[in-house]
Amino acid sequence: MAEMDTSSGGGHKKGPGVKKSKKMSTRVDLTPMVDLGFLLITFFIFTTTMAKPKTMEINMPNTKQIEEKDQTKIKESTAMTILLSQDHRIYYYEGLATDPTQPPELKVTYFREKDGIRDAIISKIEKVKALQASGQLDAKDKAAFLIKPDTNSSYKDLVDILDEMTINDARVFAIIDITPVDQEFIALTEKASGVQ
Amino acid sequence: MPKVKLPRKSTNIDMTAMCDVAFLLLSFFMLATKFKPDEPVQVSTPSSVSDIPLPDTSIMLITIDQAGRTFFAIDNKNKRKELIENMNEYKNLGLTDDEMNSFAIGSSLGVPLRQLKSYLASTPDDQRAFDAAAPGIPLDTAITEANELAHWIRSARVVNGKLRICIKADSKTPYPEIQRIVKTLGGLDIFKFNLITALEGVPEGSALARIQLEEANAKSK
Repeated sequence: MAEMDTSSGGGHKKGPGVKKSKKMSTRVDLTPMVDLGFLLITFFIFTTTMAKPKTMEINMPNTKQIEEKDQTKIKESTAMTILLSQDHRIYYYEGLATDPTQPPELKVTYFREKDGIRDAIISKIEKVKALQASGQLDAKDKAAFLIKPDTNSSYKDLVDILDEMTINDARVFAIIDITPVDQEFIALTEKASGVQ
Repeated sequence: MPKVKLPRKSTNIDMTAMCDVAFLLLSFFMLATKFKPDEPVQVSTPSSVSDIPLPDTSIMLITIDQAGRTFFAIDNKNKRKELIENMNEYKNLGLTDDEMNSFAIGSSLGVPLRQLKSYLASTPDDQRAFDAAAPGIPLDTAITEANELAHWIRSARVVNGKLRICIKADSKTPYPEIQRIVKTLGGLDIFKFNLITALEGVPEGSALARIQLEEANAKSK
């Protein structure tokens, strides 16, 4: 009769011809399994999009429905015009430059931590607040920023300046097409400062 | 001196722990993964502090690459099918059912209408090869017959009125290209849209950081 050998090597001698069954190790080599695991991990890492893209909501002025009487006129003293130019350069001046006899003085800056456009925006907001405190402006007059991207500016400049508006909590701003007058201002300033 | 005999250790390491780690990570990535949609062009979006997540459904995606080529897409296979059927009828493109299905399952489109039939008739591999040199959808600053993007947007909004318009442009895209899109949207009375950006941190000490802190405080109370 065939009998299972359940004894585990206890020296119990069997008769001749009955082979002692070999004790098999239950250990499996897991190396290929690990290989497979890491291979799949790399696959998923490469195909995944971890960071979900975010969006920035933007409202453009409705140029069709606004009538002349509904338009809120921005006061010269609250306005600041920001011109986005080549190589992430920013030119800005205070006011709207409506008086052709007095061309504004353009200041140049960049998107940077120190002395960048952010400081200019903050100082403008402070200035408007100071004017409100002294009674020269109404409480509802807010600092207004007119953003005029030049044709040689990039999309990044636009997003960055909109970002600066959010960062500094500037509520009144508008993206406007650049005018030939403003382009001339840039050209003159560049010529004066010797920028190529 | 007698030699010190070092006991020879087995080089076999127990792989079980390693295996556990590997599969733990694997299951994490499998659950966290969302496959990258097959986009014809690679754009690297600029980053902003805005943290509004992009909605999953009902989005119209207008992609503009560095060279200013425009690609157009809407989500949802059924809506895409409806859109191409409308466009086919409206513009007399003479597309077959197979070609329209090819559009429905495809991704962003950057082909002028006159090339659309031959583009959709080709195999997916050929389409991908064509996308690399695709001219993009023709557009203009005004709503004209040649402004094909305007036709696409108008038809897509008929198919799905809840579409949210998202513009995804590369950091280096020149501004006039963006302006053309904005003008086109403005011409269609669309003044509210989204710009797709990556997330970046709010600078410390700024007005926004202060507002966010106040909001967080108000919530915790």
